[in-house]
Amino acid sequence: MTLIAFLLLFAAAILGYVLNRSAARSLRAGGAQLHSLSTFHGGFAALLVLVPTFLFIILWLLFHASVLDRLTMGGLPAGTLDGLDSGATQLILAEIKSIAGGRIFGSPEPWKIEAAERLAGYRAMSANLMLGLTALLALGLLVIARRTVSPEFRARQRAEGIIKGLMIFCSSVAIFTTIGIIASLVFETVRFFQMVPWHEFLFGTTWEPQMPIRADQIAAEGAFGWLPVFLGTLVITVVALFFAVPIGLLSAIYLNEFASPRFRKFAKPVLEVLAGVPTVVYGFFAVLTIAPALRTFGEMTGLPIAPNTAMAAGLVMGVMLIPFISSFADDALSAVPRALRDGALALGATRAETVLNVLFPAAIPGIVGGVLLAVSRAIGETMIVVMAAGLMAKMTINPLDSVTTVTVQIVTLLIGDTSFDSPKTLAAFALGFMLFIVTLGINVLALRIVHKYREIYD
Amino acid sequence: MTDMTSHPGPKSIDWTSDEIGARVRKRKAAENRLRYIGLGAIGIAFAMLALLISSLVSTGWQAFRQTHVTIQVTYTPEFINPDNLQRSNYRGLLEATMLDLIPGATNGRSVAAILSNGAQFTARDRIIADPALMGQTVTLRVPTSDPYDQLAKGLIDRDTPEANRRLKNDEIAAFDALLSQGVVSKPFNWALLGNADSRFPEQAGLKGALWGSFYALLTCFLLAFPIGIGAAIYLEEFAPKNKMSDFIEVNINNLAAVPSVVFGLLALAVFLGWFGMGRSIPFVGGMTLALMTLPTIIIATRAALKAVPPSIREAALGVGASKQQVVFHHVLPLAMPGILTGTIIGLAQALGETAPLLLIGMNAFVTAAPATPFDPSTALPTQIFIWADSPERGFVSRTSAAILVLLGFLVMMNAVAIYLRNRFERRW
Repeated sequence: MTLIAFLLLFAAAILGYVLNRSAARSLRAGGAQLHSLSTFHGGFAALLVLVPTFLFIILWLLFHASVLDRLTMGGLPAGTLDGLDSGATQLILAEIKSIAGGRIFGSPEPWKIEAAERLAGYRAMSANLMLGLTALLALGLLVIARRTVSPEFRARQRAEGIIKGLMIFCSSVAIFTTIGIIASLVFETVRFFQMVPWHEFLFGTTWEPQMPIRADQIAAEGAFGWLPVFLGTLVITVVALFFAVPIGLLSAIYLNEFASPRFRKFAKPVLEVLAGVPTVVYGFFAVLTIAPALRTFGEMTGLPIAPNTAMAAGLVMGVMLIPFISSFADDALSAVPRALRDGALALGATRAETVLNVLFPAAIPGIVGGVLLAVSRAIGETMIVVMAAGLMAKMTINPLDSVTTVTVQIVTLLIGDTSFDSPKTLAAFALGFMLFIVTLGINVLALRIVHKYREIYD
Repeated sequence: MTDMTSHPGPKSIDWTSDEIGARVRKRKAAENRLRYIGLGAIGIAFAMLALLISSLVSTGWQAFRQTHVTIQVTYTPEFINPDNLQRSNYRGLLEATMLDLIPGATNGRSVAAILSNGAQFTARDRIIADPALMGQTVTLRVPTSDPYDQLAKGLIDRDTPEANRRLKNDEIAAFDALLSQGVVSKPFNWALLGNADSRFPEQAGLKGALWGSFYALLTCFLLAFPIGIGAAIYLEEFAPKNKMSDFIEVNINNLAAVPSVVFGLLALAVFLGWFGMGRSIPFVGGMTLALMTLPTIIIATRAALKAVPPSIREAALGVGASKQQVVFHHVLPLAMPGILTGTIIGLAQALGETAPLLLIGMNAFVTAAPATPFDPSTALPTQIFIWADSPERGFVSRTSAAILVLLGFLVMMNAVAIYLRNRFERRW
């Protein structure tokens, strides 16, 4: 049905184009002076039909499912849903849907079958209604468009106006996305804080989200203090930076100052490959190679290295960040004005002295900006830590120990069954909100530093 | 002239003295030290890349071959009921076949376990496709189950004590009997690409994941490409320089740096929670990826538009084109190679993206490839995540193999992008 609606829409748009263009042509053939070219008349008609009808279909598709669900559940015999929480209600709805889809398991209650039949009826009606309304709308717009054709009609301006509107809409998608991110995170976080007090989340030092799902289950009480989780994130980030910053900086210095152009041409893309490897691959690499190697190392030296040590995830994350830091440092070093470099060399400084005493201090703001962006990446990085870091939150700064991170907790809390009224699920959104704020803050700071430094030399 | 002598002149330095020579050597040494440390740093980075690739290849190449056994199956009425081919005793048929094949074997269940669990369905499908085979003997080449596959690839050490080994002595002896008859072969593992996911490593494949990723990327492209170009054109060519345009720009730059898992949260709350879309749907995954790819495409498109020289615009305006005609007839076609390069690089990033897809449930266990973008499925990176989490030994090499497939696609996409850039990019 949806496909037919779209086909109808495109057919109407093409029809509008052809009709209006030929009408304009015949006007012109009749000797009239038209303001716009006949193709603009056609284009205007096509756009006038296309845009509102397309919007209508999309909106219908977005909202018809939830309206139908509500109608179906609202039509159930009175009292069936009394005392059920949202999870159970969802379950009933899912069962009704699967019956309506023709998949019947066991022998469901008659009221469920009845509801499923009603749902199937609604669905057929909704599809027909959508098709009918689409046709009606397209036809109406066709007629309106056709009546605009006249010598004075400024078809080009009108058509270009519609296109400009479309382009403005396209650029506002970015804003809508940001609004969507903030709205969804804030909304769910507020609901979370209605169940768990905010000071407990912000200042609590235990994180045990495994709370009982049913009343008779034996499980931990459930504690939602995010500090140990955030501390774990910081531990892994610090390990990653300890590895990535020196290697990234030194390779940037080498590439910028010492390497022959040929080596540079070969080495830069190879480093970029490290940046292009998907993080799930790094995660598997950490589990497959790095963690066992660290374990053997621990056994050899007697160091107490935990199986899910933060070192493994941190090291691999460091590898991922090397090209990031090196390309930022490379850019920063290259951006230092030639005069500074030449001046230092002319005074007799060696290249190393030039780099360390002249170029490096001048490039510091750019490098710091790059490192900060790397920090924000490390904090937001998900797959490496999901695969290689631990699940238990501990208040520890020992990188040999197993720690968990914000992103690991978000993913583990949301994988599998998620219902939107359990503190477990909502806690993930609260963590996501903190993650968003922290990374956004670091990014803004980093960009500000980079910009400031650009102003000095430009 | 006399007072010149009263002032201490520039200290004369003996540049050939040992003291100076030592100092110069020291400075040279410091220079060399920095050079070698820098080279060492790059060396470490390269070594890490080499280690990454070699560890993937060394574990993954085995999964591209799968041990098969060629068996002669006779569809006898003892096991096969011609009236009910669907529910005949194919397991018994295979047990009898294997007992015949291995001299001295008595335990039919044990020797039949050499074959994959899917072997009985292969036997069934063969006769259902051609019921005339009843009573005849056909040759089937079926995969072995995972432990025997590991054994044939030398991944099970025969010297470990029997108690610690996955296969016992008599099981190894039975397999050796097959080996000596020459019925064991290791052809290319087509199942890896042609099958969907399965609990059994020897039957698990990437078909579902590949289709899922394809549909998700297609959705992502269809949404992000037009929207990204529209936004970039507006911001670069039409937008007035005011607060609103600045705000949009800041927004786009910030979106590019938002962690991917946050996009997953957005999709979970908005697409699944508020709009009631289904879980594990490639279409929803594609929409999420489109939001993430959008900043990349916008930034690349703006750079490409900027690179078109103003003389082109002025010439078109000069002969009477409207501003939109200038952009759509002249600037955009000239900028297209750059735009496509940026788009492909953005799509390559989207292909490797995992976290947001996990949150919308694209890590479900689905044993059929999706027929449309609206059927539940996995994607390539999430399939890697699932397999990496699976306990069976056979999935380790399959995970590496899946990663190699993913990396192959990424290399291909980037190669196309580089080709486009080199072939069509103009220097003005």
